[in-house]
Amino acid sequence: MARSAKTKAAASAAPQIPNRERPAEPKRYKATKDELLQFYREMLLIRRFEERAGQLYGLGLIGGFCHLYIGQEAVAVGLQSAMTVGKDSVITGYRDHGHMLAYGIDPKVIMAELTGRAAGISKGKGGSMHMFSVEHGFYGGHGIVGAQVSLGTGLALKHKYSEDGGVCLTYFGDGAVNQGQVYESFNMAQLWDLPVIYAIENNKYAMGTSIERSSSEPLLYKRGESFRIPGIQVDGMDVLAVRGAAEVALEWTRAGKGPIIIEFLTYRYRGHSMSDPAKYRSREEVQDYREHHDPIDRVSKELEAMGVKEEELKAIDKEIKDIVVEAAKFAEEAPEPDPGELHTDVLVETY
Amino acid sequence: MATELKMPALSPTMEEGTLAKWLVKEGDDVKSGDILAEIETDKATMEFEAVDEGKIAKILVPEGTDGVKVGQPIALLAADGEAVSDAPAAPGKAEEPAAQAPQPAEQKEEATPTPHVFETAARDLVADVANTVDEPEVLEGTPLVSTTVREALRDAMAEEMRKDDRVFVMGEEVAQYQGAYKVTQGLLDEFGPRRVIDTPITEYGFAGLGSGAAMGGLRPIVEFMTFNFAMQAIDHIINSAAKTNYMSGGQMRCPIVFRGPNGAAARVGAQHSQNYGPWYASVPGLIVIAPYSASDAKGLLKAAIRSEDPVVFLENELLYGQHFDVPQMDDYVLPIGKARIVRPGKDVTIVSYSIGVGVALEAAQELMGQGINAEVIDLRTLRPLDKATVLESLKRTNRMIVVEEGWPTCSISSEIIAIAMTEGFDDLDAPVLRVTNVDVPLPYAANLEKLALIKASDVVEAAKAVCYR
Repeated sequence: MARSAKTKAAASAAPQIPNRERPAEPKRYKATKDELLQFYREMLLIRRFEERAGQLYGLGLIGGFCHLYIGQEAVAVGLQSAMTVGKDSVITGYRDHGHMLAYGIDPKVIMAELTGRAAGISKGKGGSMHMFSVEHGFYGGHGIVGAQVSLGTGLALKHKYSEDGGVCLTYFGDGAVNQGQVYESFNMAQLWDLPVIYAIENNKYAMGTSIERSSSEPLLYKRGESFRIPGIQVDGMDVLAVRGAAEVALEWTRAGKGPIIIEFLTYRYRGHSMSDPAKYRSREEVQDYREHHDPIDRVSKELEAMGVKEEELKAIDKEIKDIVVEAAKFAEEAPEPDPGELHTDVLVETY
Repeated sequence: MATELKMPALSPTMEEGTLAKWLVKEGDDVKSGDILAEIETDKATMEFEAVDEGKIAKILVPEGTDGVKVGQPIALLAADGEAVSDAPAAPGKAEEPAAQAPQPAEQKEEATPTPHVFETAARDLVADVANTVDEPEVLEGTPLVSTTVREALRDAMAEEMRKDDRVFVMGEEVAQYQGAYKVTQGLLDEFGPRRVIDTPITEYGFAGLGSGAAMGGLRPIVEFMTFNFAMQAIDHIINSAAKTNYMSGGQMRCPIVFRGPNGAAARVGAQHSQNYGPWYASVPGLIVIAPYSASDAKGLLKAAIRSEDPVVFLENELLYGQHFDVPQMDDYVLPIGKARIVRPGKDVTIVSYSIGVGVALEAAQELMGQGINAEVIDLRTLRPLDKATVLESLKRTNRMIVVEEGWPTCSISSEIIAIAMTEGFDDLDAPVLRVTNVDVPLPYAANLEKLALIKASDVVEAAKAVCYR
């Protein structure tokens, strides 16, 4: 497989291709009322789940690092809604709760992992940053910045190798884009036409360092240019724009045209992690995003414009609240792992 | 109806904090996400956000109050009267965050449990450290100043930077953020952006840049946010920095310090909890230092910066906030490659380094009560290893154990045991035992983490075993 890709590249290497094919300009997704209600429900679930996680952290029930996804909900919901469970694969970094929720993974087992309980999705052994669901094609949950980009490219290699028609959706942030392995992966992905969507969640701050202070080319969708990987920039606070971009990216990758980069302009309302005082940005900036660019507010207004009654939205709010309360209760009451679990899962086989 | 707002735990190590500033006043309506107050933790000033919706009924702790315990009520939040009791499902406007509103009894119950700092075995390690006294090696009469390890490291860098313009600091969040763990706090203000350089998240790149700058004659201090992230950069540390002098026949040096926290912290999981001491200590061409106390941290970091060789300087996050006496001297520099007897004894030698020293000292206190007088050695430098101090102690006690916050296999303890076997065999009255972390990736769950990390009680047991008690 790699060979044929190489031959093709070599044949056309001498003269530069002037106008190589580009993906179509993405359009805002035309969601039905039911679809939009579903997006609303999922984004609200992430928001409420994360608020509760923040609260449980303050109560001492969650330990270590805990990176909340509040503000960025539209990205995961818009993208995950376009993926096919059982066919595609997904991988992300440590800010991973939202992606799992958007993929329909049970909030109870996610929250129980956050509290380090046996019922958690990693049996309590992974924690907030290290959650996986092979069943859903969700490959983590990775704690080292940028690592998931190479891993995701490898998952794409698997899809191509086994001709299963799948695409790997690889999420990373504006911090990870400066890691060297990202570019090593870009090169191979394009060289071998791997079906991978590089979804850059640009929330403007890599921990405390703004994009302008860390990146010589802050237009991150252009980062694939010298590898011939096309890039698109999208409003990541608009779930329909995100979904629209997902359609274009999936069409591109499923057609065997190789990788694509989509940069989502988004924003996290909370600090990088629970112990980040977030002094590197102004309170006004955060407030502006909350008040004028909130992805959930935006959808609720569109729903109202579509004729959805306030009571209906309230009913959803209640439903979501109950789910989150139940998940928190489950996560608080579930027992800790059996001490014997300390030694399990280190190796698969016995020697 | 009113909900008590309690002093939150805003960092893993916070037990109490200062209520620096109220951003709301009595009578204000608040909703989820509103910032209520600024609270100073042991690490930073944090914003305290509302989770519940309602009206600030009473402020119980005025701003400027120090030492407010985690869990202490700081204000009363009244639910929004009628709206709340009539419509528990949601507040007035649909787009307002609603889920956390303090409403039905059953929910109010669970919204107000007492905050506490999360469970972690790391606290036991810190407690062991706090229980011990460190007496730095200085001439009698030198004044001692209680200093945290964090401040000692900062002071060492600042002093060397004042002295030598070739010295600069580079790493993630070292400048404007004042250090991810606040070790470089204040350096940007004093030395400016030319010498305190924020890098992008690109460990391999800046480790290489630093090594190149060192080859060119500068004296870089490269901070890794943690040594877990230095695995991205380990090629430069070993292939570029460590081997250059040898490969060039002594023509080209690489005087660089790679520093940052190493080892387990508090419940941060397997990818953020590893002791790389044994990894780097196995590489010829590197100096590897892993101090315990603040005075050693200061004296050895200054020595590391002055060294002509590449130094891997392994700190420990759990030690950063611990106070030790540091000699008040113009130029407190310690020799690299010298272990220190931190507690003299005669019955058994306990060898350790970094945070393991605190555990060993705690165990030594307990052993004293059981009639065993243990000698505790802090290796301080892992490469070159001070064999002489270890063997000399063994000659006197004839029994030895090694305490290491790290995995057992191919470890510093393996090395110490090999040294005792090959060079101290005739002095041994019992096999050398070791107390290490359990040989698994560090689990997240609080109970499993506790089982995985070293404990003073295990050291006591091991010491008794080698004393046949």
